[in-house]
Amino acid sequence: MIRVPERIEDAVVNLLRLANTRLPKDVGWALEAAAAWETGEAAYLQLGGIMDNAKKAELKGRPMCQDTGVPAFYVTGKIIPSIEEHIKNGLRKATETIPLRPNTVHPLTRRNSGDNTGEGMPIIHYRPTDAEYTDITVIPKGAGSENMARLAMLNPADGVEGVKRFIVSAVLEAGGRPCPPTVVGVGIGGTADTCMNMAKEALLRPTDHVNGNKDERELEEELFTTLNSSGLGPMGLGGDSTVLRVHIKTAYCHTASLPVSVNMNCWAARRATVRIMKDGTTEYGQ
Amino acid sequence: MKITSPLDEKTARGLKTGQVVFLNGIVMTGRDEMHMRALSRPAEGLNGATLFHCGPIMLLKDGKWEVIAAGPTTSARMDSAAPEIIRKYRIRAMIGKGGMSDDVLKAMKEVGCVYLAAIGGAAVSLAEGLTAIGVHWEDLGMAEAMWKFKAENLGPLVVAMDADGKSIYKEIASKTDSFHS
Ligand code: SF4
Repeated sequence: MIRVPERIEDAVVNLLRLANTRLPKDVGWALEAAAAWETGEAAYLQLGGIMDNAKKAELKGRPMCQDTGVPAFYVTGKIIPSIEEHIKNGLRKATETIPLRPNTVHPLTRRNSGDNTGEGMPIIHYRPTDAEYTDITVIPKGAGSENMARLAMLNPADGVEGVKRFIVSAVLEAGGRPCPPTVVGVGIGGTADTCMNMAKEALLRPTDHVNGNKDERELEEELFTTLNSSGLGPMGLGGDSTVLRVHIKTAYCHTASLPVSVNMNCWAARRATVRIMKDGTTEYGQ
Repeated sequence: MKITSPLDEKTARGLKTGQVVFLNGIVMTGRDEMHMRALSRPAEGLNGATLFHCGPIMLLKDGKWEVIAAGPTTSARMDSAAPEIIRKYRIRAMIGKGGMSDDVLKAMKEVGCVYLAAIGGAAVSLAEGLTAIGVHWEDLGMAEAMWKFKAENLGPLVVAMDADGKSIYKEIASKTDSFHS
């Protein structure tokens, strides 16, 4: 394969196009697995419609959902100078050319910037490393699921049981609003702010990711089983497939705190990564 | 089953929860901003209409609007304004996702209106069944404007709340409640 150097803002356009038009393979597999164990007829219709739509989006090169969301970018590796400007310009271009829906507004006046940027937008997280390349990962997240995010500053005495109760309530109270079956990102520990960040970062993991920590893995599996036996089902219309996966991230916290956060991703669990090499060539992945 | 919009009261009242329908005819879109505005001034074309909770992605091509992606948005955000909108405009059907409150269900029963659940996120498939034939209140922006669509076999749509006061969401909630109370 011949690779030519790309301008960073063009790489950002391609990254957003990939994320919005093609569902990551692992999410597709998770949906197929859900359809295989689903016993509800109505639920099966919903899952079929979802998979059908994902295929059409990929074939037509159109965003799989009209809510192309608010993208969160995660930049790791070598931090290129002015990367923020490049990402912003790329997002503006992508909004026009893909097209993406212009979603960002001023919180009080509700004035729409028209190009998905604005004060504090887009969201960019940085993690510099010694690598010679730069990875930019994007998660475009719609409001349907983002609005269902929850944080609880539990008492340490609430323990693991309290943590489980909170997560289950957050998912079930959200009902059909975040377009289940969802991928559930959970943060446990840290501080109020880092706990919320962890829940979203957990959504960067592919659905077939295996949690290396045994306790966390068991908790993920238990929550997965509980939630899928709840009966909420696809779109909250009843069924066996409420969640595709539960991902837990933890961090040490204050001895007097037990923060727990939930950030769900809809079935359209979109994400994509571009690696920008030293020579400016790029490699895309999901 | 196929239905044609605008629906008359009898047809709307005849639809029962659990039925799956495909819709033909005229559909108006409306979200948060449109609901607020439609309460303070008359909304053209909304009387007796089918109201689709949707903020589509539209593309202006050779002077014509093309529907790129048009799935349902979370209907519960319209819970506070919806009862008045339903009564004021005699709305016969709403298309959305996630369901709506008891107050909305009450207004639906009174007026004769159904709630049709579209597959959330199935924006490309749903857009295939839609042609843009007009737009009102474009100043609200692409997502919030009131688009007038012609629907052809739009669906599948599940009758999730009906004019008898039945709601699939309420039934499901009564089951899932035992999991977290
Ligand atoms: S929750 Fe996800 S799939 Fe559903 S409408 Fe929003 S972005 Fe689309």
